[in-house]
Amino acid sequence: MLGGGDDGRAGKKKKIIPRRVPMACRDPQERIRDFAEVALGYTPEEAMAEARRCIQCKEAGCRQGCPVDVDIPAFIGLIRDGRFEEAAARVQEQNLLPAVCGRVCPQENQCEKFCTMGKKHDPVAIGRLERFVGDFELARDREAPLVAPPTGKRVAVVGSGPGGLTCAADLARRGHTATIFESLHKPGGVLTYGIPEFRLPKRVVQAEIDVLRRMGVRIECNVVVGRTVTIDELFDEGFEAVYIGTGAGSPLFPDLPGENMPGIKSASGFLTRVNLMHAYQFPEYDTPVLIGRRVVVLGGGNVAMDAARTALRLGAEDVRIVYRRTEAQMPARLEERHHAAEEGVRFQFLSVPVRYEAGETGWLSRLECLCCELGEPDASGRRRPETVAGSEFMLDVDTVVIAIGQRPNPLIQATTAGLDTSRKGTIVADPATGATTRRGVFAGGDVVTGAATVILAMGAGRTAARTIDAYLRGETDPWSG
Amino acid sequence: MYRILRKEVFSASVKLLEIEAPRVARKARAGQFVMLRVYEKGERIPLTVADCDPERGSVTVVFMEVGKTTRMLGSLEEGAGILDFVGPLGNPTEIEKFGRVACVGGGVGVACIYPICRALKQAGNEVVAVVGARTRELLFWEDRLREAADELLITTDDGSYVRKGFVTDVLREVAGREYPPDRVVAVGPLPMMRAVCGVTREFGLKTIVSLNPIMVDGIGMCGACRVTVGGETRFVCVEGPEFDGHQVDFAELAQRLQRYRAQEQEALARYEAECGGRC
Ligand SMILES: Cc1cc2nc3c(=O)[nH]c(=O)nc-3n(C[C@H](O)[C@H](O)[C@H](O)COP(=O)(O)OP(=O)(O)OC[C@H]3O[C@@H](n4cnc5c(N)ncnc54)[C@H](O)[C@@H]3O)c2cc1C
Ligand SMILES: Cc1cc2nc3c(=O)[nH]c(=O)nc-3n(C[C@H](O)[C@H](O)[C@H](O)COP(=O)(O)OP(=O)(O)OC[C@H]3O[C@@H](n4cnc5c(N)ncnc54)[C@H](O)[C@@H]3O)c2cc1C
Ligand code: SF4
Ligand code: FES
Repeated sequence: MLGGGDDGRAGKKKKIIPRRVPMACRDPQERIRDFAEVALGYTPEEAMAEARRCIQCKEAGCRQGCPVDVDIPAFIGLIRDGRFEEAAARVQEQNLLPAVCGRVCPQENQCEKFCTMGKKHDPVAIGRLERFVGDFELARDREAPLVAPPTGKRVAVVGSGPGGLTCAADLARRGHTATIFESLHKPGGVLTYGIPEFRLPKRVVQAEIDVLRRMGVRIECNVVVGRTVTIDELFDEGFEAVYIGTGAGSPLFPDLPGENMPGIKSASGFLTRVNLMHAYQFPEYDTPVLIGRRVVVLGGGNVAMDAARTALRLGAEDVRIVYRRTEAQMPARLEERHHAAEEGVRFQFLSVPVRYEAGETGWLSRLECLCCELGEPDASGRRRPETVAGSEFMLDVDTVVIAIGQRPNPLIQATTAGLDTSRKGTIVADPATGATTRRGVFAGGDVVTGAATVILAMGAGRTAARTIDAYLRGETDPWSG
Repeated sequence: MYRILRKEVFSASVKLLEIEAPRVARKARAGQFVMLRVYEKGERIPLTVADCDPERGSVTVVFMEVGKTTRMLGSLEEGAGILDFVGPLGNPTEIEKFGRVACVGGGVGVACIYPICRALKQAGNEVVAVVGARTRELLFWEDRLREAADELLITTDDGSYVRKGFVTDVLREVAGREYPPDRVVAVGPLPMMRAVCGVTREFGLKTIVSLNPIMVDGIGMCGACRVTVGGETRFVCVEGPEFDGHQVDFAELAQRLQRYRAQEQEALARYEAECGGRC
């Protein structure tokens, strides 16, 4: 069960353990009936066994693949030795939200992609080990990280997603007073309103946020910056710098005729009702959600997987993902694709929707699609799907959930002078510093890059915090010259 | 918690609450709305800002009890708190000197029309307020409207007060006057706004309506509030709530509002059963 063999430390030649320790998951038939977590994580024994697979490379490729530069060999070595507390401390030097990242990061494209073991065997399960230390920390009453003596400087952080949280925490560590302004009634951003409970339990998110509060970070919910208060007014209130981490929450639609008929919804609306408003607990909670019997989800990313799996859990009988490229090009995390397939989600690759058809009552009843084939590579480097004339086919549906992407909402951009934005509505910011075109204003995460990942948003929050700190101390000025 | 400073009961189902929310009070303009959540398990619902007092730090809303959330809200007394209160949301009404403006309010829409009349008058317009209610007891703020507008015309569906008929009957007369309005602003139930647009289209009068789709977040993230205006999809919460009424696809919006009917009724029935009809 432990993957066999001696632990490889004693001998000169390290013994290779080719296969990773499997992680326990709940049975698909059982788990699609509730919203409890699907993957159960490693036990201490399993974690130590998996950690033993790491050969502790001198030139650790895994570390280069980590966007926030976690010292991966070091923390894995500590797990191997059973020194979990120290392992956790090691991870937290670079990553304040290990229990979150260990669950949602696309590890197969990051650290694990570069793992030496992965060249011939399974890569070390770095993500699962990270989750293990994160959960270990949450289970004990851990102390908040130390903060530097107060500098008397105040910084406003707009948006409480992973980027805003990381930025605020780093500022607090450096002794600045960080106040987060969040438009919704609960902090966490996508971690709270987007990613479902069965993948990322809200207690995990809340526990990580509680650590921030104990570090002295203030969180003011129900403040929509750009409406309730503008960026200029925040400076008037005495904030000396502002970090914008408002994400990319506004849903895109394929722009087909009939898009607003009942039965067609955006994944963000659907997931917000379910996660933030607890619609899966209706009528105990007041917000309802509707899901038909036959559901089509449009898209191929994590959002599409989440929507499809949520639809199943709400009782849909037939859930199909319609994606215009092939399985190999789907941006969704591998693990989520597997989980979705196990649960019975069906995939219709190389297909695009072209037309909605309403039934007699005016509700959606059919979706017309076209088949695609892959053509020349496009700007993203992936081969462009091209529709095949005459390949129309019809799907009987009562609900279509659209998950083809999001863009930033325009509230701050429209009310802040001197803040440059791109054609896609994202804020222009220097990736090396987080500085925008407006003095004292920094930005990062999805609002700058467009929809991306949790860890990249955290990396951006961290970069900005570093520059903001230097800026407040007068050591650097991104706007001079 | 956002404290209720004052409550006024206009009728069995129409109530006013003045709520302490200093940040919102400082910023709110005519035509904007707030979203509130009464308690932990509650829904977020939108309500129009009927008035605000930056000095007292308060915002006034007037609402009609139609389902569980508005029922619960109506049962709260002065001193009680509301869990979440966010705003002001949406764009303010366009206020300029247009000349003569007719403001049409139906039902609780009367409360929404009041700050608009006041702002338009301050901007130098001649304001004709046309308000209607099903019956006399549902009418409120007659005194306030008289102050805010140059002329106030009232109708009741059942003829129990002033004049029997619909706001559209009165509007038709106003539109046919020697000096017709340069612009019409209408706020009220969807069928009313749709009927108003029917009349003003005949007379070629520019008409602004304030749409009330179902909303979840109110800041452009869920897409629940989308409507078709002039053939394009618009998000009412960030791009509205006011649009050119002659461009709005009212039939589609009416259908979208029905989406959650069964669940809304279930929630209300359960709520009534729980509180034994006392609410
Ligand atoms: C359903 C779903 C599943 C995903 N799954 C994964 C995954 O498995 N792995 C992964 O790495 N990534 C995943 N992502 C992407 C990831 O969640 C985002 O890239 C990440 O959350 C971006 O973080 P952020 O800090 O930039 O902003 P967000 O998390 O988007 O947070 C922004 C916050 O700002 C608030 N806000 C917006 N406007 C204002 C305003 N004007 N004033 C005040 N507050 C405002 C919002 O309410 C929100 O709370 C997923 C995304 C979605 C939607
Ligand atoms: C921008 C805007 C401003 C509004 N201003 C006012 C106001 O000043 N006074 C007032 O009385 N009402 C106003 N409304 C309508 C008010 O939001 C609904 O009456 C309220 O949400 C009903 O909630 P409920 O739980 O009591 O009823 P429910 O049982 O949920 O629903 C009853 C009916 O109300 C409508 N409705 C339900 N949920 C919503 C929702 N989230 N948003 C909009 N309509 C909904 C539907 O037509 C539904 O059939 C406004 C709506 C919008 C969009
Ligand atoms: S690359 Fe793989 S084997 Fe090498 S140190 Fe990193 S996790 Fe361990
Ligand atoms: S209410 Fe969610 S987008 Fe408008």
